[in-house]
Amino acid sequence: MGIKFPSQEWADAMKEEIKKSDAYASAAKNWEGDFYFVVEGTNPPDMIYMDLWHGDCREATYTTDPNYKSPEFKISATEDKWQKVLTGKLDPIQGLMTRQLKLDGNLIKIMKNVKAAQELVRCATKVDTDFGE
Amino acid sequence: MWFFTSPEIVFGEDALGYLEQLEGSQALIVTDPTLHQLGFTDRIAKHLEAAGITATAFPEVEPEPSLQTVRRGVELMNELKPDWIIGLGGGSAMDAAKAMWALYERPDLEPEEISPLFPLGLKKVKMVAIPTTAGTGSEVTWMVVLTDTEAKRKIGVGNRELTPTVAIVDPEMSRNLPPRITADTGLDVLTHAIEGYTANFHSDFTDSLCLKAAELVFQYLPRAVANGAQDMEAREKMANAATIAGLGFGNSYVALAHAMGHSFGGYFKIPHGRAVALFLPYTIEFTANGGASRYSDIARYLGFTDSTSEPEAARVLVERIRALEQEVGQPLSIAELGISRTDFDKAFSIVCDHAETDNGILATARMPEREELEKLFQCAYDGDPVDF
Repeated sequence: MGIKFPSQEWADAMKEEIKKSDAYASAAKNWEGDFYFVVEGTNPPDMIYMDLWHGDCREATYTTDPNYKSPEFKISATEDKWQKVLTGKLDPIQGLMTRQLKLDGNLIKIMKNVKAAQELVRCATKVDTDFGE
Repeated sequence: MWFFTSPEIVFGEDALGYLEQLEGSQALIVTDPTLHQLGFTDRIAKHLEAAGITATAFPEVEPEPSLQTVRRGVELMNELKPDWIIGLGGGSAMDAAKAMWALYERPDLEPEEISPLFPLGLKKVKMVAIPTTAGTGSEVTWMVVLTDTEAKRKIGVGNRELTPTVAIVDPEMSRNLPPRITADTGLDVLTHAIEGYTANFHSDFTDSLCLKAAELVFQYLPRAVANGAQDMEAREKMANAATIAGLGFGNSYVALAHAMGHSFGGYFKIPHGRAVALFLPYTIEFTANGGASRYSDIARYLGFTDSTSEPEAARVLVERIRALEQEVGQPLSIAELGISRTDFDKAFSIVCDHAETDNGILATARMPEREELEKLFQCAYDGDPVDF
């Protein structure tokens, strides 16, 4: 049985994978920026807040409080789209370009750190996730 | 989910005459000073006048169009309120026209904010793109490359709404293109075709276009360079190849040779096609060494090998690309370009930084680590094989 997504347990497991990943640490060594990953479909929506800083994950928190933080980036999608991203079936950049994932924040900063985004997804694919199917 | 975007494409002999079928009252022709002096603008204007459209020229686009040039063009559009914008020239003029179009209709945006993530809502203006080189493919793509002259770097932006309404591909427009520019732009086509086929965003809709474009380049580029205006068949085939490759890579993406070429070419002011083609063989070797590539399809389609072995096919393909490049006088290394070791070393860190964060890298089949990128540039300087 995997870890339910989204949940605090999933956020903790993701943080652990990021911290274990030398590839992410290297690819994101210059990255400074925090995110809300918003799972659309409920009101208020489920969110994972992640503070990513120079190849490290300083915080990963599950919340439904939109005022928990004011992150630099917010990426929103339905749960089935997140499932595709987190299992490596949907490239996050293609997801953004086709507007299946909605970005609130500076696209150019993300596009300049594509390798970091790819490694982040690779970390996510290592989390044994239960998408509640 | 993915997209395939294309303008209406009017091609072949006398395609320029299609301008007389446009409907409207005001057109702005965006071009460069040389084409304007050579009378290209007048030819376009005459066709537009036959359609009852008053044409005004903005012949101020420099080889690497700056944000400042784009803003001056937008000011003129605000005065004229055109219903057509005509991008006439190579990639610089067509890209500048696209950026002007976007910023004229969306004055609330900064150029860097033109992104594929949001609808632009363009409604007032339509665009005709008329290439005068056979290279960029910009006549059928939604991408825009501008230059930040202060930071010495290229900025890639775009939105699918910036796909020109009509592309007119008339071989007559490239009839007298000098051999050096024919070679540079033709090798740009080859780089688009090969990277469009191997980029991560390739699809069934783009594969055949990329293969056909590569075939046309190998067959007709040497003739176009050697014979120029005396061989209009080669001119036409290369014009078609450029547009076909544009449809291919414009709907998949480019890859590492473009990231390195943008960065290097932006710093040293090397023409786009020459820069990206210089890096192409090195990036093929690097990508093939990583095991994830599609070069055997290309090499077999072109009849270069029967092998389905990726390393062998990549080796043969690189060999044939280098032979073609030599045939058309393309430098095979950075040293051959005439860049001194001192100048290269001085720029090295910045060029690697810019390549690492260039948009061109985002769909590359094998993403290099920083150390690998540095080694690739060093190999390209000396002309060494890539064995990592």
